[in-house]
Amino acid sequence: MTGFLGFPKGDVISILQYERKELEHLFSVADEMDKHLRSRSRLDLLRGYIVALAFLEPSTRTMYSFQSATYRLGGKTLVFSSKEATSLAKGENYADTIRMLDLYSDLIVIRSRHEGTAKYAAEIAENPVINAGDGRHEHPTQAMIDLYTMYRLFGAVDGLVIGVLGDLKYARTITSLLYGLTRFKPKKVYLISPGLLRLRKEVYDKIIELGLPVEETTSLQEVLPELDVLYVTRIQKERYPDPLEYEKVKSLYRITPEVLGNAKKELRILHPLPKIDEIDPAVDETPYAAYFKQARWGVPLRMALLSLVLGVYEEV
Amino acid sequence: MVEKQLIVSKIKEGIVIDHIPAGKALKVLKILGIEGKEGYRVAMVMNVESRKLGRKDIVKIEGKLLSRKELDLISLIAPTATVNIIKNYEVVQKYKVMLPDKIKGAIKCPNPNCITNRPREIAQPEFILRKKEPVELECAYCGTVIKGEEVEKYLKP
Repeated sequence: MTGFLGFPKGDVISILQYERKELEHLFSVADEMDKHLRSRSRLDLLRGYIVALAFLEPSTRTMYSFQSATYRLGGKTLVFSSKEATSLAKGENYADTIRMLDLYSDLIVIRSRHEGTAKYAAEIAENPVINAGDGRHEHPTQAMIDLYTMYRLFGAVDGLVIGVLGDLKYARTITSLLYGLTRFKPKKVYLISPGLLRLRKEVYDKIIELGLPVEETTSLQEVLPELDVLYVTRIQKERYPDPLEYEKVKSLYRITPEVLGNAKKELRILHPLPKIDEIDPAVDETPYAAYFKQARWGVPLRMALLSLVLGVYEEV
Repeated sequence: MVEKQLIVSKIKEGIVIDHIPAGKALKVLKILGIEGKEGYRVAMVMNVESRKLGRKDIVKIEGKLLSRKELDLISLIAPTATVNIIKNYEVVQKYKVMLPDKIKGAIKCPNPNCITNRPREIAQPEFILRKKEPVELECAYCGTVIKGEEVEKYLKP
């Protein structure tokens, strides 16, 4: 597989595969894709290509975003939208499903609730594999979008004060984002969560080892005035055996226009979506809300990624 | 003197694993799958004086050779261990165990949701050496970290 700068092998399993210059190159290609999208000029980089979207765990945003990116580049998709849609429901193993998809397509985008599925798929498939989320492990393309959003909003990731809020223990987007941030030089990263949902030790140790300037806190209000970016994830009910405790925690971390009273004017809120009630819909109308932009930029970013991974991107 | 005789008494053919950190000899035997019923003649001493380690354990096993995988596993529990190969009562080879960069197919990932624990899949569990002191290993598939000294809990049958 011919590729470009850091994408030569094709497989995208973890964001830690990439160095800063490779991510920056990806961002600049995404900028270019976005220009094409805005000018509605036709791109045919993936004409004749088939991208398999193997979503063995339900997803809408990520799947549609990959699908849209493929269509925008003139490619076609094969969609396995849930476990039931494939023979997996009949007891076929992942390995055979992956082999079959590999034969029918040029690239596999895979999501599964089992950690390590993407790496496993990459070992089996001859064509490139992109990890679209494997259990609680990683979601590298979401992290690429998150970093790209910061780069678009602020011109750089370096120097930003970033708060990541919510379920730091199980949210794969958080793990990948933190790993991705280690490739840049943010001024400070606050890890904001209730005690029960603190970052797992293995992830914490790794980001410390990689030199990310982090600080753990349970209080959003304490750090809010400092933040340039607030990255919000949902606190899921099933994490709390006691429903009262859950209600308490949920209300403590809910983002409302009032909560944002002492935030900087420049603060921007990111969220991997879907959001349920962790952000008050009234926040959507404020300049703080950047999550819909973030979702929109997911398409040019994934267009850039697909074309780099498939080695079809040529600099204009 | 009698005690010393006991400790250094020679074996004809087999291995002596020396410089095991004090108290880890039983774990080493567990790693080697030795419970007693296998019929090996085994001698073990625990918590004896050592110039290098202060205290150490020693394991002697007659009629056994170590595979690469067994050596790798020993190094995780006992990174200071030295292995003496004995032939005809003489030490014919002596070497220090070395921590492997990765170890495949020997340890089960403790994360039940890891792809390597899925029935019917062919993924072989693989761990990458993440830290040497104390030894820490990371699952190459799901990122779960285990300590070297607890690998005997996760041995793959």
